[in-house]
Amino acid sequence: METLYAITTGVLTACGLYLTLRGRTFPVVVGLTLTSYAVNLFLFSMGGLTTDGAAIVHGDGRYADPLPQALVLTAIVIGFAMTAFVVILAMRARSEAGNDHVDGKKEDRE
Amino acid sequence: MTLLWIALLPLLGVLVPALTAQRGRTLCSLATGIVPAIALLLTLMQLPALLAGEALRVSVTWLPELGLELAFRLDGLSLLFNLLILGIGLLILLYAHFYLAKDEPYGRFYAFLILFMASMVGISMSDNLILLWLFWELTSLSSFLLIGFWSYRGDARKGARMALTITGAGGLALLAGLLLLGDMAGSYRMDDVLASGERIVADGRYPIMLALVLLGAFTKSAQFPFHFWLPHAMAAPTPVSAYLHSATMVKAGIFLMARLHPAIADSELWSVVVPLVGSITLLYGAWFALFKTDLKAILAFSTISHLGLITVLLGIGSPMAVLAALFHIVNHATFKAALFMSAGIIDHETGTRELKLLGGLRKTMPVTALLSTLAAAAMAGVPLFNGFLSKEMFFTETLATPVLGGLSWLIPALAAVGGILSVAYSVRLVHAVFYKPAKEASPKKPHEPPHLMRLPVEILVVLCVVVGLFPAFFATNLLDLATQAVLGEPLDFHLAIWHGVNLPLVMSIIAFAVGIAMYWRHADLRRYLQPFASVDARRVFERFMITLSYRAEQAIAALDGNSLQRFMGWLLLAALCMGVLGLVQMDILSGSKGNQPTDGILVFGAGMLIFGGIATAATHRYRLISLLMLSIVGLFVALTFARFSAPDLALTQLSVEVVTMILLMLALFFLPQRTPRESSPLRNVRDMLLAGALGLVVASLNYAVMTRETLSISSFFMANSVPGGGGHNVVNVILVDFRGFDTLGEITVLALAGLAIFKLLNRLRLFMPHSDGEGRVWSPDRYPAILTSISMTLLPLALLVSVFIFLRGHNQPGGGFIAGLITAVALILLYMARGVEWAQARLDFPFQPVAVVGVAIATLTGLGSWLFGHPFLTSAFGYFSLPLVGKFELATALLFDLGVYLAVVGATLMILANLGKVTTAHRPVIDPKESDTPAQPPAKESR
Repeated sequence: METLYAITTGVLTACGLYLTLRGRTFPVVVGLTLTSYAVNLFLFSMGGLTTDGAAIVHGDGRYADPLPQALVLTAIVIGFAMTAFVVILAMRARSEAGNDHVDGKKEDRE
Repeated sequence: MTLLWIALLPLLGVLVPALTAQRGRTLCSLATGIVPAIALLLTLMQLPALLAGEALRVSVTWLPELGLELAFRLDGLSLLFNLLILGIGLLILLYAHFYLAKDEPYGRFYAFLILFMASMVGISMSDNLILLWLFWELTSLSSFLLIGFWSYRGDARKGARMALTITGAGGLALLAGLLLLGDMAGSYRMDDVLASGERIVADGRYPIMLALVLLGAFTKSAQFPFHFWLPHAMAAPTPVSAYLHSATMVKAGIFLMARLHPAIADSELWSVVVPLVGSITLLYGAWFALFKTDLKAILAFSTISHLGLITVLLGIGSPMAVLAALFHIVNHATFKAALFMSAGIIDHETGTRELKLLGGLRKTMPVTALLSTLAAAAMAGVPLFNGFLSKEMFFTETLATPVLGGLSWLIPALAAVGGILSVAYSVRLVHAVFYKPAKEASPKKPHEPPHLMRLPVEILVVLCVVVGLFPAFFATNLLDLATQAVLGEPLDFHLAIWHGVNLPLVMSIIAFAVGIAMYWRHADLRRYLQPFASVDARRVFERFMITLSYRAEQAIAALDGNSLQRFMGWLLLAALCMGVLGLVQMDILSGSKGNQPTDGILVFGAGMLIFGGIATAATHRYRLISLLMLSIVGLFVALTFARFSAPDLALTQLSVEVVTMILLMLALFFLPQRTPRESSPLRNVRDMLLAGALGLVVASLNYAVMTRETLSISSFFMANSVPGGGGHNVVNVILVDFRGFDTLGEITVLALAGLAIFKLLNRLRLFMPHSDGEGRVWSPDRYPAILTSISMTLLPLALLVSVFIFLRGHNQPGGGFIAGLITAVALILLYMARGVEWAQARLDFPFQPVAVVGVAIATLTGLGSWLFGHPFLTSAFGYFSLPLVGKFELATALLFDLGVYLAVVGATLMILANLGKVTTAHRPVIDPKESDTPAQPPAKESR
């Protein structure tokens, strides 16, 4: 299970980072979102993978580590805020520069 | 406490001129003077305690682990410098009141001046190395502002830049040096550093540290070869030159050497380097002072020379030499400030400071002539003036020092030459300006300045004379305290005018004889030196700076080519290198914990995630499809959270996923639908390799962590969640209670992002697409009927669910974040189904205040616990029972969570509704008359 999980995180990271290396803003935003999924999964797994053990105190039983969960929860929300900011910035950049290249190049290198 | 006020009052004083500048110059000058005067008075009030033999200290700790604190001290050395800085500062203020022209922004000038004063007082009183450095940098900055005060003049700008570059670079070296020093001493506290001199000198890093600290001191105090900024700083208004470049700032380097003397001076290296640099500076400055023709340039070079003299004394480092150095600091400050101000008066009243145009001013400005002559006599070291005393002491010490071994006779010889030159330029300065008949008429008809403008000069000259006449009475106590602060033990000395006929006196007599002769043959000397045209330091410096910045630009261009893409590549490569480095150092990848068994559902989920990820990347040129693939990943991430016991995360991820996708689709509407193929195959392969390698590293790291036993601090949260936080859902209790401060920061970021987007969308010009990527025209059918009716039914239900989720959040999965997102999604659905106009008409309020109020509620809840004497964000809770409802729990955390809820709703809607509004306003109107014209730009843009 851990192996599978690690492979998944790795693949998502690789795909996300590949997209962040693209030259147009939209794929970069998509890449950042993908990377943030991978990062959240990575962070989440820091407490180990627990099945059937939500961190709700109700007597005894095995619990998942609540700390990574709390961290990831805020990370998701912040991640959304940042994605929103970046994508609107991309729109603004396109309207100011006339194209959607990340370097804001004047000429369109089609 | 008083100490804190002495140090911080001047800083507050910066505001005074800014506030009073509108009320007229006299009032502004007076008000500005009050603060330094109080600080001076407070300093003097500490005198009894200091004389009783105690050094005063005050400290406010900030980050004790890192040795950072607001710590001030007042000992003899600080007292001496405080008196100089504040006393001369007040005189300079009075002088500047008359010096600045009517239309000049005096308020700004005073503010800069007081800022500088505050930073100098800070240097003098700092009891912590890092704090000292901070004020050191502040002097560099404020002096930059002061030198460049006449910013419309090119020489002022260039001079200011040069001074900042040199002293700023020196400041960086100093920071490195002080960090090393603190490390060697084991503490940044001044006392600890000063007490561990032996350890520091014995440390292997001592030479590097010394070099760095001396670089700082030498650049600041204009020692050779960093002296060249000082003459160019003379482009500053004269009050600045008199204050910064003679009395105070250039003494900061000297102060540093004196302050750190017990810690770093007791070594062979110090006693060779420092006297040598000092002697070169002494001679160099004196030599050029003799041949400059600009009054202020002469004074600048003579200042360089005197700074060299003090450096030599500190380099020699014997107790008497330290005494002489401190004495000369005071003496030089008095006579040089007086001379600078006289030069300013001459400039002010005649319109020139060029020696060739001046002459015979004795007749028109008799008082100024007398004052300047007396001050110059002090500079030359004429008996019965203060300069004589310290110069005799200087000669005595150079004769006594053994620092250069067999070549030690060199130092007194050089000192004597310096003395000769100093006599020659002093005589020349006075004679050429006041006594020699003028060859040409000066630009303005000279006359005496207003009496109050001359008053500072008079006071300083009187000081020169009385200290020269009665040194024992006026200077002994102060110097006793100061030397004691530097040496750590009292020194038995006696200041006297007459020591009998001895070698130093003979040296003085020779200096006078040869010096006057030299001025007499000055014309011949000049003619002889004509062929050796001196290098223009400014031109060399400017060329150096231009080359440097050009090279830097080239290097940067070679590295990232001003392209974000390449920059990103380098960043990822660096991350890869570090990740690989960490992995290589690991003995074995898998830890002691084995793999848990895998089942079919897990394989399916992982497969979908991998498929979604790869498909997103593969189809990225078809943006809409790529986005759909991304949503698969998002959905399965939510399911992953659900599978691994994180219901809160699953709920959050699911609702965020919805909002994100809507947002990205809206944005995509305004962006090109496809990405052109523009990366070369080589680049594609390179990027793939880089990203793939990083993926491997991340996977390995993840596997390594998951298979190892970890020691988590979570057991604390699990144990204290119910008794301490009153909630059963530990994740929520962490968010709103244990780590509430983090959450507060995060909702603030969220609200800020919302506000930033609101601003970014303002006056946005958009490219309106008529059709989608395939050229199909957008459907005129705006609001699908099924969605419309469902959304109407769904809204109350969704709101109810969000209230439920919110209320139960403390004990069951849920909470402010999730409830906020659900509410937002419900409202957005309404917007989508019915259009912005429809929704806006019914939800007629801006969302910005909602987000802000949310953050405010959360903050106030946190602050509320202060009222009860608890730390920020301590939560309180209790159980109550009501009829019908039964027993329930109320916690302040719930109020905090309400803040979170409002912030999330407000920020999310602020982002989406505003973007939606833009979209709707631009939507091509299907109107028979206008259907073939492109969409009009938005109406608000024309405003």
